Amino acid sequence: MAGVDTKATKDAATAARRRPPLLRRPERPVHLTVTAVLVLFVLFALPEFMSGYYTGYATLVAIYSIVTLGLGLLVGRVGLYSLGQGAILQIGAWTGARLLFASGQPYPVVLIEAGLVTMAIGTVIGLPAIRLRGLYLALITLMMAGGITVILATVNFPNGGGGFTGYNGTTVHIPPIRRPSIAGAETAYFRYAVVVALIMFLLVYVHLRTRPGRAWAAIRQSEPAALAAGINTTFYKLWAWALAAFITGVAGAVLAGQSQYLYSINFTTQDSIVLLAVALMGGVYNLWGAVIAALLMQLLPAFLQNLGLSYAWLDILFGIGVLLTLTTAPAGIADQFPKDMRRLGGLIWRLVRRPAREGAT
Amino acid sequence: MIEVDNLTVRYGGVTSLDALTLVFEQGTCGLIGPNGAGKTTFFNVLSGFVKPASGAVKAFGTDLLGLAHYRRARWGVRRTFQTEQAIEELTVYDNVAMVTSPLRGAARRADVLAAIDFVGLDVSPGTRVGTLGAGQRRLVEVARAVAGKPRLVLLDEPAAGLPEQETRHLAAVIRAIPGHTGALTILVDHDMSLVSAVCETTAVLDFGKLIASGSTAAVLRDEHVMRAYLGTAEV
Repeated sequence: MAGVDTKATKDAATAARRRPPLLRRPERPVHLTVTAVLVLFVLFALPEFMSGYYTGYATLVAIYSIVTLGLGLLVGRVGLYSLGQGAILQIGAWTGARLLFASGQPYPVVLIEAGLVTMAIGTVIGLPAIRLRGLYLALITLMMAGGITVILATVNFPNGGGGFTGYNGTTVHIPPIRRPSIAGAETAYFRYAVVVALIMFLLVYVHLRTRPGRAWAAIRQSEPAALAAGINTTFYKLWAWALAAFITGVAGAVLAGQSQYLYSINFTTQDSIVLLAVALMGGVYNLWGAVIAALLMQLLPAFLQNLGLSYAWLDILFGIGVLLTLTTAPAGIADQFPKDMRRLGGLIWRLVRRPAREGAT
Repeated sequence: MIEVDNLTVRYGGVTSLDALTLVFEQGTCGLIGPNGAGKTTFFNVLSGFVKPASGAVKAFGTDLLGLAHYRRARWGVRRTFQTEQAIEELTVYDNVAMVTSPLRGAARRADVLAAIDFVGLDVSPGTRVGTLGAGQRRLVEVARAVAGKPRLVLLDEPAAGLPEQETRHLAAVIRAIPGHTGALTILVDHDMSLVSAVCETTAVLDFGKLIASGSTAAVLRDEHVMRAYLGTAEV
């Protein structure tokens, strides 16, 4: 090897070469254990405690965590601000519902199909949009969301009718959208949604740990450096866009089975804006941020309702929350909370230690 | 070998490169000139960030200007930037591995580790770049430039802002690049001691025109070059 011959360098390099492939190095075993325990708790113990009321909302949390995961991927990892993820979710829900009414295919197949259709539509929309950045991308995706909301309000969501739209406005008895045979009840469907969410998180995690993740990180920090390294930035941006659309489409299909009756009135363009707000609050640089965002968006309203408070409080809370996030903790709750806890722990530790030291002297 | 023929770049009314005709043969070549002489513009043309108004660039027989940025990188163009562009969020390994490479699998991993080894980074490849100092980040960037079988390495002021000891280390690394990779290396820098320590040949630009080229020692004694850098007594 040419270059600089210092012995320490050689030793470090040899040590590095002995390591197993670097992409598979064990990362933070404590973190992994905590995650596993938490997942097992959510899957097996949590449904036993929850009332039917909260089980429904918890299912929504699982579904929306996939949506905020996709949005966090776009905003946090690639730097693409999308205000259209609510519309992408609607496309997924519509496609999922239509397929579930039209065929008896197994549920997982329908989920994947809904994801793929959403991905295709999302990519076609994304292709021109992705050439824009920042505010302009946000604006154009918001327009797109508005357009899709209008289209779906006109077409309506499928309710068991025939034809392409599957809408039959005159039916008195609307059949529910079917659920998987193994997950018909609320609790079972909650578990089903959690498992789907887990798979989607794994899918994104694998992406982040391999070549696309590297490319996205490079694009976000420095597009010139990415280009100079031979990264086809347009392709990787589109890949992120397609991946986010895919998982959001899957989430939409799970949502169709969760609500069982879909009405276009329940989907508003504002949802897309709220999604970005909670995603930022939860934290877009961290996968936990997506879960926190979904909790904020779906569980907080349930609490408010339980307390008999108006939903309007949410708009105020989210408004303040986004301002606080952007000014004091840009990496969101997922990043700030552990830091604050560590600081608090340190404070308590010092308080405990001080009297002891004084006693010793 | 790179043959630059009649290359002109204009930004609005400013002519940044003015019918530049220039040949870089092999080894490590210097490209110097006062601020605004067009050095970085020249790099930007080679790596595809700037479209020239006219002219041609032939690198080892390939028409470089006909390729999109990322295809140039695949062909073998590597560059570092005046302001260092190591990706903070990624590890040292990932920073180097992000570069395009014709190698796959174990060979690619070995190549990446060899590049990190070559620049003499004394940190673990799993270290996050955000935790490194300025000199080490520069080395990460250079490691990225020598990974994946490069054919043309462009270094834009790699030693800017580095203390003397780190500059000496970097000089040794840069000198070794052609031997290690077989790539033609072009160094832009203001530090004349670095250029004369590293480059066998040097070209000098002033206001977008070539004013001298040849062996580094001869070029640095050239009176046109002295005048461009120091100004003239008659004025």
